[in-house]
Amino acid sequence: MIHSLFLINSSGDIFLEKHWKSVVSRSVCDYFFEAQERATEAENVPPVIPTPHHYLLSVYRHKIFFVAVIQTEVPPLFVIEFLHRVVDTFQDYFGVCSEPVIKDNVVVVYEVLEEMLDNGFPLATESNILKELIKPPTILRTVVNTITGSTNVGDQLPTGQLSVVPWRRTGVKYTNNEAYFDVIEEIDAIIDKSGSTITAEIQGVIDACVKLTGMPDLTLSFMNPRLLDDVSFHPCVRFKRWESERILSFIPPDGNFRLLSYHVSAQNLVAIPVYVKHNISFRDSSSLGRFEITVGPKQTMGKTIEGVIVTSQMPKGVLNMSLTPSQGTHTFDPVTKMLSWDVGKINPQKLPSLKGTMSLQAGASKPDENPTINLQFKIQQLAISGLKVNRLDMYGEKYKPFKGIKYMTKAGKFQVRT
Amino acid sequence: MSSNSFAYNEQSGGGEATELGQEATSTISPSGAFGLFSSDLKKNEDLKQMLESNKDSAKLDAMKRIVGMIAKGKNASELFPAVVKNVASKNIEIKKLVYVYLVRYAEEQQDLALLSISTFQRALKDPNQLIRASALRVLSSIRVPIIVPIMMLAIKEASADLSPYVRKNAAHAIQKLYSLDPEQKEMLIEVIEKLLKDKSTLVAGSVVMAFEEVCPDRIDLIHKNYRKLCNLLVDVEEWGQVVIIHMLTRYARTQFVSPWKEDDGLEDNEKNFYESDDEQKEKTDQRKKPYTMDPDHRLLIRNTKPLLQSRNAAVVMAVAQLYWHISPKSEVGIISKSLVRLLRSNREVQYIVLQNIATMSIQRKGMFEPYLKSFYVRSTDPTMIKTLKLEILTNLANEANISTLLREFQTYVKSQDKQFAAATIQTIGRCATNISEVTDTCLNGLVCLLSNRDEIVVAESVVVIKKLLQMQPAQHGEIIKHMAKLLDSITVPVARASILWLIGENCERVPKIAPDVLRKMAKSFTSEDDLVKLQILNLGAKLYLTNSRQTKLLTQYILNLGKYDQNYDIRDRTRFIRQLIVPNEKSGALSKYAKKIFLAQKPAPLLESPFKDRDHFQLGTLSHTLNTKATGYLELSNWPEVAPDPSVRNVEVIELAKEWTPAGKAKKENPAKKFYSESEEEEDSSDSSSDSESESGSASGEQDEGDSSDDSSEESSSEHGSDSESASEVGDKRTAKRNSKSKGKSDSEDGEKENEKSKTSDSSSADSSSEEESSSDSESESESESESESRKVTKSSMLPVMALFVRERGSKRKSQIILSKLHGSCCGVKFSFYTLCRRST
Repeated sequence: MIHSLFLINSSGDIFLEKHWKSVVSRSVCDYFFEAQERATEAENVPPVIPTPHHYLLSVYRHKIFFVAVIQTEVPPLFVIEFLHRVVDTFQDYFGVCSEPVIKDNVVVVYEVLEEMLDNGFPLATESNILKELIKPPTILRTVVNTITGSTNVGDQLPTGQLSVVPWRRTGVKYTNNEAYFDVIEEIDAIIDKSGSTITAEIQGVIDACVKLTGMPDLTLSFMNPRLLDDVSFHPCVRFKRWESERILSFIPPDGNFRLLSYHVSAQNLVAIPVYVKHNISFRDSSSLGRFEITVGPKQTMGKTIEGVIVTSQMPKGVLNMSLTPSQGTHTFDPVTKMLSWDVGKINPQKLPSLKGTMSLQAGASKPDENPTINLQFKIQQLAISGLKVNRLDMYGEKYKPFKGIKYMTKAGKFQVRT
Repeated sequence: MSSNSFAYNEQSGGGEATELGQEATSTISPSGAFGLFSSDLKKNEDLKQMLESNKDSAKLDAMKRIVGMIAKGKNASELFPAVVKNVASKNIEIKKLVYVYLVRYAEEQQDLALLSISTFQRALKDPNQLIRASALRVLSSIRVPIIVPIMMLAIKEASADLSPYVRKNAAHAIQKLYSLDPEQKEMLIEVIEKLLKDKSTLVAGSVVMAFEEVCPDRIDLIHKNYRKLCNLLVDVEEWGQVVIIHMLTRYARTQFVSPWKEDDGLEDNEKNFYESDDEQKEKTDQRKKPYTMDPDHRLLIRNTKPLLQSRNAAVVMAVAQLYWHISPKSEVGIISKSLVRLLRSNREVQYIVLQNIATMSIQRKGMFEPYLKSFYVRSTDPTMIKTLKLEILTNLANEANISTLLREFQTYVKSQDKQFAAATIQTIGRCATNISEVTDTCLNGLVCLLSNRDEIVVAESVVVIKKLLQMQPAQHGEIIKHMAKLLDSITVPVARASILWLIGENCERVPKIAPDVLRKMAKSFTSEDDLVKLQILNLGAKLYLTNSRQTKLLTQYILNLGKYDQNYDIRDRTRFIRQLIVPNEKSGALSKYAKKIFLAQKPAPLLESPFKDRDHFQLGTLSHTLNTKATGYLELSNWPEVAPDPSVRNVEVIELAKEWTPAGKAKKENPAKKFYSESEEEEDSSDSSSDSESESGSASGEQDEGDSSDDSSEESSSEHGSDSESASEVGDKRTAKRNSKSKGKSDSEDGEKENEKSKTSDSSSADSSSEEESSSDSESESESESESESRKVTKSSMLPVMALFVRERGSKRKSQIILSKLHGSCCGVKFSFYTLCRRST
């Protein structure tokens, strides 16, 4: 399936290559570079590029292209999904996934890649198993290793691969047994000029951090499971139990994992927690334009909106902007024309606003379109869909775990057209 | 070695080629590229020394640096002899890194690679299954043709290994050997055949992968394993699921008759169909319906459905394409929700999924209509995503939603991404042609766009308007006049050419303007683009034919200009037109028909989706994405007219079943029940026992080929204890099924049972009924309550329990009962019990 993998940075250097079958010359990447040149922006490089003898499938994350070389028909999503899994694994191992980090840990990276694929077919992709095979580097371990000469390679064998719950390592022990669940919902919305909602939907995930001894069997139930319209599960969740009882029943992996992601059914109207008032105008004659935006809370159920960041891609004709925010800081990059305003918390008594003028290119005609405003925000302790976890029970182990559930609402792709 | 290194240094100084060659053959294989690395020589020298040292830390350090070199793509092949010595190192990390090196360079240094083989051969006999597996993995990854027989032998042995993990690796090795030496195909197929029978979920994905690579045409190998694969599917690891689903899709298309015949194009009647398609009804109303779905066909469709909920996009897509290609049209609808969910994923996933949705939405609008808004474009989407979304929006447009869509398109047209704006205009054009009610609105909107400041937008509008007007040559004189005025300002060649063509075609409708346009064009002819020049010539010719009084001279002037043009196409066209329209003595019969030739009715262009022709590729494949046949693409066959014999899929367990059932018949339900319920409680303890399993290896594996035969037997005592108490708990649930159960003596009565059951038990047990075909009765009974994992646990944990029963003579009768329950689930187990029984008595 997957023949080779090349890691290419944004300046077009191949800084890592790995082959699972016979070696494919790196000159195959020339086709990729060609496509990259044509695409102008990294985002627009096509994910599938045919070449005379190979096919190049790539993903772009963390400013790195992960280019897989394949030779024969294969479901493209198979490769793409796998590449994303590779990136996730790196992130899991090193905290960040960047060129210097990969270069520093090239041996671990190589060992991990070796275990993930055999002859181009995925072998071990569960992070629990991988970590058992190859321990992630930590500062402490590096120090210990240099002193004692021990290694990063686990001396245990990957027993997890053999068990019926391949996602969980065996023999887990903790002194404090705890299980945390974060219910995080994101609002994707497009708001039109006049402030009415064109489309809005809620997508949620439940991320878990489970540190429990032994082989706990957990069940998680909701107060209002009907809200969940479409769900996808971590492989540990039992399908049938969900189908019949709407209960999540699972033996969790050890550590952090995404238990479930869901979509809230479209019938429920989405409460939009913020509004943006805007007045952006370009005049044909003058080289100055007016710019004014105000952000305010709408339906927040009494919670404060924090972490508000407003970004906007200004039209090419804008040379510079002189703005004064009532709170927070703002930046405008005259090269990329990106305006970014870090607002922080919204105080309903004193709404944050950003006012000022734009200087436009002299003589150029006024832009057709006002810029779109992208919004980010966070609301703690609130799941905007109203989803509530009812209870979490543990079976199979004797101790009493500490349980915690946290709710949060965030902006997903939240756009305001002006 | 020190003397060797000395010699190298000397040579690198000024060694002669011949000497160098000799030296090379003696220590390093002939293929080692020397010249290139003379500069690296010193560095490699100290690496070599480190590898020679006694200390593991130094070796490890050296290996790490070497792996670093490999990762960067630098050649490290000349270190081969030094590295290969460490293949037997005790240190696991060194060993692993040596493996990495070996796999990378063995192909280039075949002779030296052979030195390592014996180490692997020894490891293949190791009592620890994981060491056996990894030895097989590396051995098969070394691409040295000489060792093909050794590999073949190793694969054969490993395929019969007691450990499913080793068998999994054997399946992987099959592909490697096949690519190394395709002549082994026949032998490998034998191994594949054997491994396909394997009941472990670990093996299933890998062996199907091997099957797809080595012998995808041997569909006959699948028959007997079809039901088993369907039933195992949910528990196979996600990557294996993708491969199996794709294979089963192909299989289904060759083995079952089409479920589409009745409802072909019956989108509107979906509702009626749903009702009648309900499973029970389908079974009971058999006589009324001419078509009934093969239960195996239904089994596949039903068992893949939960996988739509997978977190893995590839699995979801695989199920989606399966539904698209083999399920009745009325049931395809359920995949749309899951596909739309994938749109939240990364850009690359979106790209592939949108392409597939685009293809689907052409054929079946209804599927994605409720999700229309999910395809609205965001300004932050990459261009390729935007255009795909537009494509889908166009496909979904209908009378009901067009007004909303057009409003949405208005925003897009203003986008700063001009490529996208242009694509939107084309989209509007397509909507206008597809939905006749909005044609005028669209046309007006497009005309407004003609005054847009951006040239690309205007140009695109002109082109689209041209196509629209061509399709309905009604009274659009105004628009044409308006466009004629635009000629002064527009510079984009395609747009200019389009306007000229339009005027030429409609020159009789705008008799005043057309000659004037020609006059202007004659003036600027020389500075025009070739495309425009051709259209000027055409316009001239058309006017000459219709209005020669005003334009005769102008046309001749243009023809003269064209005669001396630099481009031969234009010279050519000029000559052709002159001969055709200007009467002279030489002009033949054709010139009489000049008017007919130039002003003939032209067929309107078809504005079609670029995804129209993609549906002949299987969805979700690389070929579909590229819209060309990729290497190794396997065509989906058409449904057969008459279904091949379905009995080939029957597995012969009936015989065995009869052999065993009588003994336990009276007490059939309860004892079996105990096991399952109990195992659910005991799940954890038996899980943790898998630890001990791996440590003990499969050393004691004389008795059977069961999955985890040597699961610690101490476990069994506790399970035995809890045995009786759990019996009462489940007793009541049991009665519900009893009546249906007692009938089911053998699997041949399947159809009946399924009927019965689906009435009595709830929806989840629907799955279980089909389970019976490949596994025993008891197995399926548990289905409805116990989960898939626990099921597996049960299987493995049952063995020790039974062993215990057998040992305690008092409960011998009981043990027989249990045996009868079990034989179906793992036939191999049966034999082990014979032996056990014999021993205990």
